[in-house]
This record gives sequence, structure tokens and C-alpha cells, in this order.
Amino acid sequence: MSRFQTNSLSGPLHDVAANAGHADPDSPEAKPRLGFFTDTSICIGCKACEVACKEWNSVPDDGLQMLGMSYDNTGSLGANTWRHVAFIEQQRPLGFQEPGLEGTPTGESGIRESADIVQGAVQRLPDATRMGTHALDYQLGAAAARPPVDLGLPLTKPPGDNGSAEGRTEFRWLMASDVCKHCTHAGCLDVCPTGALFRTEFGTVVVQEDICNGCGYCVPACPYGVIDRREEDGRAWKCTLCYDRLKDDQTPACAQACPTESIQFGPLDELRERAAKRVEQLHSLGVSDARLYGESPDDGVGGDGAFFLLLDEPEVYGLPPDPVVPTSNLLQMWRQAGLAGAGLVAAVALAFVGAGQ
Amino acid sequence: MTLLGSDGSSPGPGDASGGPESGGPRPPQEGVPLGQGNVTEVTRDGLRNVVSDRLAQTGAHGGRKRRSRRGDPNAMVPEAEFTSYYGRPVVKAAPWTNDIPAYLFMGGLAAGSSLVAAAADLTGRPVTRQAGRYTALAALLGSSYALIHDLGRPERFYNMLRVARLTSPMSMGTWILSAYAPAAGAAAVAELAPHVPGLPVWVRSVTPVAGRIAGISAAALAPALASYTSVLLSDTATPSWREGWRQLPVVFVSGAAASGAGIGLLAPLEESGPARRLAVGSAAVGIAAAYWLEHGTGLAGTAYSEGKAAPLTRASRGLLATGAALALAGRRSRAVSALAGLCLLSGSAIKRFSTFEAGLQSARDPKFTVVPQRERLRKGQQASERPIP
Repeated sequence: MSRFQTNSLSGPLHDVAANAGHADPDSPEAKPRLGFFTDTSICIGCKACEVACKEWNSVPDDGLQMLGMSYDNTGSLGANTWRHVAFIEQQRPLGFQEPGLEGTPTGESGIRESADIVQGAVQRLPDATRMGTHALDYQLGAAAARPPVDLGLPLTKPPGDNGSAEGRTEFRWLMASDVCKHCTHAGCLDVCPTGALFRTEFGTVVVQEDICNGCGYCVPACPYGVIDRREEDGRAWKCTLCYDRLKDDQTPACAQACPTESIQFGPLDELRERAAKRVEQLHSLGVSDARLYGESPDDGVGGDGAFFLLLDEPEVYGLPPDPVVPTSNLLQMWRQAGLAGAGLVAAVALAFVGAGQ
Repeated sequence: MTLLGSDGSSPGPGDASGGPESGGPRPPQEGVPLGQGNVTEVTRDGLRNVVSDRLAQTGAHGGRKRRSRRGDPNAMVPEAEFTSYYGRPVVKAAPWTNDIPAYLFMGGLAAGSSLVAAAADLTGRPVTRQAGRYTALAALLGSSYALIHDLGRPERFYNMLRVARLTSPMSMGTWILSAYAPAAGAAAVAELAPHVPGLPVWVRSVTPVAGRIAGISAAALAPALASYTSVLLSDTATPSWREGWRQLPVVFVSGAAASGAGIGLLAPLEESGPARRLAVGSAAVGIAAAYWLEHGTGLAGTAYSEGKAAPLTRASRGLLATGAALALAGRRSRAVSALAGLCLLSGSAIKRFSTFEAGLQSARDPKFTVVPQRERLRKGQQASERPIP
């Protein structure tokens, strides 16, 4: 069977591992395609996935920085960040209400002005939040023994915490754990000139660190901006979907560590089914924003091995709205380059032949 | 702690808000503190629908900005609205240094020189032939050095030869270069033979033939060497390279021709007629292709006239035009012709650097990734909603 008859460069591809030369899907040695379904609607932003990933894979630290991006001090996926939890604070405007958050610091604190603003806010914070109502230490002994008394004061609850999705306020907090998508058509793998990147028997995409010579071509080739070259090391690194753990029938570290099962791991077929049901459930609860991202085999990368349930447009989370694998029109590109090359020969020939001796 | 994501208006040159630096789209590391009016809420509905009144009240701009275009101050192009994650890039810029644009130039120079040398050989122009062959070898050595030097692990460069991968233009390029190198090298060595004392007579008699065979082999591979680099750049998610897949091959190939012509123009006047014609033709095509690249690729094309790329784009256009004009004017002066050659060489070199910088800029600014993709989705939706006639 010719591999080029299947959608090797783009489009839906069911037997992605077999297409890369692994066992045929019908054979007993064949492994199911494994992946992640990250349900961001139940992510609590604990970053256990980031930590577990670093610990298991011995990923170096990515620098201690205050980015001023909500609770996100990691920034983005990269050579030293294989799971990245995004934090997005949103105002949902109701009429002309203004929550009075204007002027509070956002943006990176890498620059002086921003750092100063953050510093000022941090110093004011304790007093502001207590508003003079906190109990002093010596009062706590007696206070703890008595049941709480309702003083009729207004209570505060987390935004939207009234037992139903309908009652969302104009403020909401989105958290999402991003990861390598392990695309059906992986740009990084397609362009790797050394064969360091390869497709595993589980349909995932992994860099062989003993082969990679750090050419860096995979970095711009990823439509999601996932893989990166490690500065001090010179080689490219990214999530391996814990290839070593998969080989021993273990769950990847991040999924194992996730306390809310926001990160779900398993055969891709099952995950897609589960995700479809979850979206349906959320829609029936009135969360019309819920949508799947990367689950469709018809998208520009032939579907992701790691896909997501999002509560807003992908670009809000830093994801491309319509990613396309670079090689999707590679044949056209080569044809164009061939035409240009032919033009070059013709031009030189014309210049010399026309000029005579 | 509000939220937020920066809107589409990261400060670029010509933006009303202005950036801390005058260069192109700001790198993600250098944030702009809130309150400068270029941060807005990521309120999906707010940005999507007309809530600009409200946004105006809070002092945040909705992201619709005006940008004046060079040349026509009245042409105001409204900047597209879009959302991003704190203004961070979506795709990653290639981690390459200036080795890569230098390589792109030297690869083109080698290809152009080999072609000109072979043509000169076949039409009896020995000085041009010799200059072309020497240049090809020098450019080949320089480009190989640049390629290896740019690796994160240069000592592992040979891993490139592990596989031949049709989907990887870099792999294809490695093999094209590997096939081209011995041919170009042999052609140059054949030129040396007459200068080596004590060679047997039969060696002296076969070197011209061997040189011609090697030179023609090199010339046969030259078009591939000159054009594959455009696929190398386009086969990425870097917006200004990817969107330019139609134009970049023409830009690079015309650059190769211009540099080959530049070498030919250094030859004595009685030989340099064809190089002069090639110079004018390739410069004209190069300038036209660069214009097509800038204006025929939508938003992605604007990166070529922004930031660091802008002065390079202008300089290369100017040098190519000057080179062509001097080539025409220098029919009777070898010095003027040589100056024309230098203009063409530097013009095509700078064009590679401008292309390189434009690509990096387009990767660093999420605008270039998000806006066209959003637009594509919108059109796709419209297409599917359209009733079938």
C-alpha cells in the first residue's frame, strides 16, 4: 500500500503510527494512539502538572520571574516548560458596570515601571484585603471555640459561586494547562533533517536527544509554538508524553498529578468520545462558551493527539485559532521553487546566448 | 490583576501609541505597563461586538488603530482587532543567528556564480569562468561554515546525513549541497592546474575537459541550490515566510542571478556583456518580486517594511536599482561595471537579511498569526453558511 495514497502530508489520518512505519492497526503488536484531553473547565490552576512534569523528566528550571500575568509566571511552553498553565482574568461586561480594576498591574514585570507597580500593590495588599477585620492572635483561642455568628454583613464568594453556571458574574478566571499537541501531521517532525524527531508506536512525537544536532528548524515549524531550543544545551526539547512511562503502561506524570482530572489520559478514541459528552453536558448547563479545540481530524494538522476543552476563543489562551501544518502545501512550494529554478537557467542562458561571442 | 491580553496594537513604527524602541513589533519580553492605552480586556463579546463606547469610557483602546503607509500619508489602513494571551507570540521565532541569512546569500552566490561560470566556459569567456568558479568554491565553503556554526550542536553536524527526508527542505538542501560541493570544488581546482608547476602533461591536457564537466554539473545543481532555501523558509509556521511561498523563490533566485551577474561584471569589458544583461534583468525581477512579496501577501507582507526589516528592504531595493543603472552606464568603464557588481552583490545579500528579519518579526508579534487565521475561519464559516444555489 502506498503511503502517499493516505493523507501523509495533511488531512485526516486514522493509523498515524502505521503511517510512520509501525505495526498495522489490525496486527496484535499495534498500540492504540494515546493522548491527552485537557478539560480546562475544571482546571484549578494548581500547576501540579508543571511540577510533576519537571520532576519526572528532569526538566531544568525556566527562571524565577514575576511576569505580572495573573498567576502565570511561566509564560509559555518552551524547551524547559513542557506543561504550562495559563491564567486569564476576564471581565464580562454587564451594561456599563466597571469593577474598578482599571490601573492594577498587568503585563510583564520585566521592565522597571511594571515591576514598581507590582511592588507597590504587593505592599498594600494585606491591609487592603483584611480591611481591618482580621482577628488578632490572642483572640483566636476563644473565637475558635464559638460557632460563627451572623452579623448580617455582606459575604463575599468567589465569582460565579452560586451553584449554577448561569449565575456567572462579569468577572471570571480561566485556567488551562497547555502541552505539546502531538499532532497527526507534526510540523516539527516533518522538517527535522536528522530524524531526531520521530513518531512513536503510540502515535506521539518525541525528540531523540542523542541525535538532535540543534539545527532549530523544528522551532519555527511548529504551528503552536511548542518546541524550542534549549539555550545552554543547544538541542530541541518538548513534551514526550512521558514516552518512558507509556512503555511501562504508566500514566504520564502530569495526568497522574492532576487533582481534578482536568488532564485526562488514554486512547485518543475514548478521549474524543468523553470530550464530546462533556461539551454536551456543559452546554446543557448553560455554558455555551464550551468548545473543543484540536479534536477534529479535519483541522489543519489532522487533529491533535492532545486536545482541549476551552471556554473562550483559542487565541485568548495563546493558541492559534486555525493552525495548519507547514507541509500542507509543500508540493506546491517545491513546484514554485522548481519553476523559479528553471527561470534562473533560462535567464542565464538568454543573457549569454543573446550576447553572442 | 485584571486581565487581559493585549489587543492587536503592539507598538510598531508609525503606531499612534509608539513603542519604547523604534524598531518593529515589540518582543514579548518587553511589556508595556498598563495605562498606556494599548491594553484592552479580552472580553469576547466586547471585542466582537460594538462595545467600543464602553471601552472608550474605561480608557482602554479597542484596538482599532490607524497606521500611515509610507508613500501615501492619506492611505490609512485600519489595524485588525484581535485577542492574544498577554501579547505573547503564538508561534516561536526561529532560533537562528545571522549565520542563516549569510548562508542564504552565499548559497545563492555560489549557485549564480556556477551558472555564470558554466555559461562563460561554453561561450569562451575565460576570466568570467575563472572568477565564477573561484567564487562558487569560496561561497560554498563560507556557507558550509555558516550552516554548521549555527547548529546548537555543531559537532553533530554529520547527523544531517543520517536520513534523506522529502518533507524536510533542510534535509533536501543538505543533500543538494553535498552533491553540488564536489562538482563546484572540482571546477575550481581545475582552474588551479595551470598554475601548479611540475604537473604531468596529460594532467594538464585533461583538466580543461574535467573542469568543464565539473562546472556544468555544478551549474545543473545550481537552480536547486538557489531555490530550495525559499522552501526552507516557507515550510514553517512563521507568517511572513509561509505566506510568501509564491514570491520567495523568485526573490531568492533573482538574488542568485544578480550576485552571479555581479561577479561577471568584475571581468574585463569584452567579456562582461552577458553579465550586464543578466544584471539588469535580475535586478528588475528582484525589485518586482520584493514588491510582490510586500504587497501580495496580505498582513504578512507588512513585516517586510516594519522594524529592523524596513531599512534593509529599502537598502536592497536601492542597491539593486543602482547596480542595474551602473551596469548599463558602465559599458565603457570596468571600474563602473565593478561598482555595479558590488551594488548587486550587496543588494542581494541585504535582501536575505531583510527577509530573515521580517520573518522573525512576524513570528514575535501574535497579530501576524492570529488575524489571518481568524479571517480564514470567518470566511470558511461564511462559505459553509452560504446557501447552495
